[in-house]
Amino acid sequence: MPQGVMVIAEQRDGEIRKVSYEIVSEGKRLADKLGQKVTAVLLGQNIKTKAATLGHYGADKIIVADDAKLANYTPNAYAAVIAQVVKANDPAILLVGASVQGKDVAARVSAKLGVGMAQDCTAFSIDNGRLNAIRPIYAGKVYSKVTFSDNSPHMATARPNVMPMNPPDTSKAAELVDAGVALNESDLKIKVADVVRDAAGKVDLTEADKIVSGGRGMKGPEGFKVLEDLAAAMGASVGASRSAVDAGWRPHADQVGQTGKVVSPNLYIACGISGAIQHLAGMSTSKVVVAINKDPEAPIFQKADYGVVDDLFNVVPALTAEIKKLG
Amino acid sequence: MKIIVCIKQVPDTETQIKIAPGGKAIVKDDVKWVMNPYDEFGVEEALRIKEKLGGEVIVVGLGPKRVTESLRTALAMGADKAVLISDPAAEGSDALATAKALAAAIKGLQPDLIFTGQRGVDEDMGIVGPALAEYLGTPHFSVITKVEMAADGKSVKCHKPVEGQTLVFEAPLPAVITAQKGLNEPRYASLPGIMKAKKKPLDEKTLAALGLNAAEFGEGARKLKVVEIIPPPGRKAGKVVQGDSPESKAKELVRLLHEEAKAI
Repeated sequence: MPQGVMVIAEQRDGEIRKVSYEIVSEGKRLADKLGQKVTAVLLGQNIKTKAATLGHYGADKIIVADDAKLANYTPNAYAAVIAQVVKANDPAILLVGASVQGKDVAARVSAKLGVGMAQDCTAFSIDNGRLNAIRPIYAGKVYSKVTFSDNSPHMATARPNVMPMNPPDTSKAAELVDAGVALNESDLKIKVADVVRDAAGKVDLTEADKIVSGGRGMKGPEGFKVLEDLAAAMGASVGASRSAVDAGWRPHADQVGQTGKVVSPNLYIACGISGAIQHLAGMSTSKVVVAINKDPEAPIFQKADYGVVDDLFNVVPALTAEIKKLG
Repeated sequence: MKIIVCIKQVPDTETQIKIAPGGKAIVKDDVKWVMNPYDEFGVEEALRIKEKLGGEVIVVGLGPKRVTESLRTALAMGADKAVLISDPAAEGSDALATAKALAAAIKGLQPDLIFTGQRGVDEDMGIVGPALAEYLGTPHFSVITKVEMAADGKSVKCHKPVEGQTLVFEAPLPAVITAQKGLNEPRYASLPGIMKAKKKPLDEKTLAALGLNAAEFGEGARKLKVVEIIPPPGRKAGKVVQGDSPESKAKELVRLLHEEAKAI
């Protein structure tokens, strides 16, 4: 009989990523409903001392796969180890963070285990002992509620920035267990030839707490300077609409929308973005939305909690100045 | 070099998605169907590799007859042949079953490289590429923005941006690559290309012809089951921030964000 909730944590350069604490917290809530335990799994090299913090958020047991072959993420090796740990522990539910790495490894693991997997979910519930998940589809134009066949585990990835984190309890110590890592040659076909780091301090849009986004109304690449200044003043990341990206004003990695990134920040400020349906789809799970646009008829205002009808090139610098006053 | 590109047909991204009566599917009438945008990057990359190293590009689709149009689009761009897995029993298959059917169609072709889009812009799963690689027993690289083929055509380097960094992976072929925006700028089909595409071979295969058991496909065999499709939580238009100058509006907005929304 499958038992318990297993969560696959993620680390980068030895630091556990925030989404891992979010899924441990969510895993704990689901496990409490089932009256079962939470096991967290962490893969990497020299990460044993880092793993303990997963217990503070609700993991009862932590399985660590610590091996030189896992120093860098490679999909085949990570999926092989995770599938082994899952088979050895037989959990009822398996949760992974829907980061770029998490979505990738989860897809391969689901095929290895032959179980259904719900990608990039925004809510979970237990119904008659079975996991139910809500996931935005068509980038959020509609939502799909899904459940699973009898095969276990019931597997899902959780969108970053959505699941609330438990307050950490540093007095709580989880049992720490070593996973035996057995990898064959075909698991190790992929080598990491290079790791190119982005400019320091840049937070990816999918994980950003605040996003300042620009569209066609920015008028050109140089228009984004005012957004960069505002973002710097408030600790936000800069995004862009498809038209701004397709015009070559911003890199592809900055695009928010159905053919770009789907984001869930606490605060989304859309500047000079009219609000094409494919853009609205990508930011609809943002908590607070501000629109700044001189066209009062722009569809973005229908989705905004706060709308400013004015020229963004006058409003945004004033906004930057006001935010600096907050200190 | 034999290169496969898997193609999915999806509603155009400008489509208003409506929920069908019964609440388990979307309304499919009046939908403008297009090749999944991420698959276009796969087709383009395959064509560029072929142009450099020689070989053949075969596009493979799964779905009803209308998918033929998207396969013809790829043929018009320059692909050589197409295969459509078309079987009423496959209708409603989940991602794993889809990957299994594609694997069966692809295996016999003995490809060096296989492309898929990084996700369908309909179901937003991103599972088929990695699952296909699992069934074919090859490495996979997902959400790739740059592909560098070795001059001897025996291995490939792929750039995968993850949050904060880009991983450059390398593996021997065959391998599955899922294409991300930024990989290239897909070409438009030329008029002569469209004319030629009409004469290029397009084979249709049933599940049985691929040696597959139809009972493992379709709605009934789904391991991930749709309970219902629901509208997204509503977002209502909120306040228009008042003020007689940009400065006063900015000041009022900051006050609202700070005191009311507690977002800053």
